Amino acid sequence: MTRVSEHLNRALHDLLAADPGVHVLGEDITDPYGGAFKVTRGLSGRFGDRVRSTPLSEGAIVGVGAGLALAGRKAIVEIMFADFATLAFDQLVNFAAASTSMYGRPVPIPLVVRCPSGGNRGYGPTHSQSPQKHFLGVPGLHVFEMSPFHDAGRLLETMLGLGRPCLLFEDKVLYTRRMYEDGVVDDLFRYEVTGGVARVFLEGAAEPDCTLIVHGGMVHRALAAVRDLLLEEDVVCELLVPSQLYPLPDLPGLERAGHVCVVEDGSEGGGWGAEVARVLHPRLWSTLRRPITLVASAPSVIPAAPHLEREVLVQPGHIRHAIMEALS
Amino acid sequence: MIDTFPPFASPRSAPPPAEEDLQLLLLIRHFELTLLRLFEAGQLSGTTHTCLGQEYIPVALKALLESDDFVFSNHRGHGHFLARHTDPHGLLAEIMGREGALCSGVGGSQHIYHRRFLSTGVQGESLPVAVGTALTLKGTGALTCVYIGDGTWGEGSVYEALNMARLWRVPLLVVVEHNGIAQSTPTTAQMAGTVAGRAAAFGIPHHRTVSTEIAEIRAELAPLVAEVRRASVPLVVEFATHRIGPHSKGDDTRTPEEIALAADHDWYTRYAGLFPEAFGRLDREMRELVERAAAEVSARPPSVWERP
Repeated sequence: MTRVSEHLNRALHDLLAADPGVHVLGEDITDPYGGAFKVTRGLSGRFGDRVRSTPLSEGAIVGVGAGLALAGRKAIVEIMFADFATLAFDQLVNFAAASTSMYGRPVPIPLVVRCPSGGNRGYGPTHSQSPQKHFLGVPGLHVFEMSPFHDAGRLLETMLGLGRPCLLFEDKVLYTRRMYEDGVVDDLFRYEVTGGVARVFLEGAAEPDCTLIVHGGMVHRALAAVRDLLLEEDVVCELLVPSQLYPLPDLPGLERAGHVCVVEDGSEGGGWGAEVARVLHPRLWSTLRRPITLVASAPSVIPAAPHLEREVLVQPGHIRHAIMEALS
Repeated sequence: MIDTFPPFASPRSAPPPAEEDLQLLLLIRHFELTLLRLFEAGQLSGTTHTCLGQEYIPVALKALLESDDFVFSNHRGHGHFLARHTDPHGLLAEIMGREGALCSGVGGSQHIYHRRFLSTGVQGESLPVAVGTALTLKGTGALTCVYIGDGTWGEGSVYEALNMARLWRVPLLVVVEHNGIAQSTPTTAQMAGTVAGRAAAFGIPHHRTVSTEIAEIRAELAPLVAEVRRASVPLVVEFATHRIGPHSKGDDTRTPEEIALAADHDWYTRYAGLFPEAFGRLDREMRELVERAAAEVSARPPSVWERP
């Protein structure tokens, strides 16, 4: 059994061992601390100054990463909390992303900015957000998210291979969960990964009543809802988990879905779900029976106290309720 | 009064600049004047920032830079580019969106990437990127040179980058073109303390030069730049300079007295008076060269861009 944080750590070790051109930068990432969430543990001891702990300068760290990439290296930058990625917005949008095309020819910028995101850990308003939505729709910028189904090594390879800056969101609760293996989720559900999209399905089931599209950090809450819906409401659901959130990749099998629901951890309004629905509505217009349901966290800051935080962030009950309401 | 520098004058008895330097100075001057003329005539779109009066800085630095150095430039970058790559046709085509443009006409005046020369339009943004490139040059003898202005020091990214540059000992040459005015705001109204004090705060050596004589500047800077390469350390070089033209096109809000004071420091009038013969010949040659380039480039078809 491998925890997601260990899995990511192993992928980084393998990547740095395989490619001497890869650098890793971030705050407090070197040993013995090994990063706030220990994802970079052991890297500095093994790979020396290719792994650098930096000053508290998110904007400049991303800029340095872009500079390394411009000079022919590959850079992986860790932003300690995804909330702080806003400090690097200029470097990401106006430099790294723009530079891939604003010089009139493709300029490769192999840069991955890793962002531990999400709440349900009681860290309060500025250490719990899922700010993916703020980075959608930026030409040249790709947004990815880690999931318990996607191999991190392959994901890193894909992102660096794009030659364009990528954000990789990694849910902080997900770090503590295990990677799924061998196509098995639990006693009822199975999964397969094709074209970067994980599909979780009830073994032997025909067409699902509802297909949920979620990002990696929502997987466990969505699975809990899907299980309850099956056992208590007799509603069969399927789950699609793309590792690439933007631009949205092709999502398989939606034409046969009775209903489509997008669930995201970010706050309601201008979110990823709206972007997914924008892409899917024209494509599914003739087969959809009702509008795509969007589930998001409340349009609110994220409180520190656990009982208040639970009310704001999407929980399994919210998902179940939204789907039952849509299907009724 | 926007001139915060003590009055200075380069020695009137200085020998004439080398012919190739004077030629480059005049090429840049006529390039910039031509842009303003083309704007007036409605033949250029968008905006432009000319370096009138500041041409001698990149020309002086030209001889101190090597081919494998990175050079980062800013919004006022035509002189920086022409001193690095003598391709007025490519640059003009870029600015005019014509065939043969350096960046297919996508970047325009402020966003050029050609070999190891890169300019971008957001103040201070290039410094952290420059540090990243300089990290890869450590110990190679090459360096990264980045041009900024006095106004750029308002950006936090400058300090984040200087901190890392010193901490990680990267070969970074920061060239500050301190012309005393940030767009319309005098430095005295936008900067507390000094550039020197700010460099000192990071333990980064700082050198201020008031000369506008190319040979003198090179003699001053050569050992310092050599040390950046040898020891892999950052250096801030601050030029006390004067922008004799507007910020962009017709937006000069300075008083006639202030503009006249800036013009007093213009190498162009000084050299015209000191070396009338050599100057007159080269001045004519470069004016004609740029005029021909403008006519030729204007007649080209529009640039083509394959949008990704």
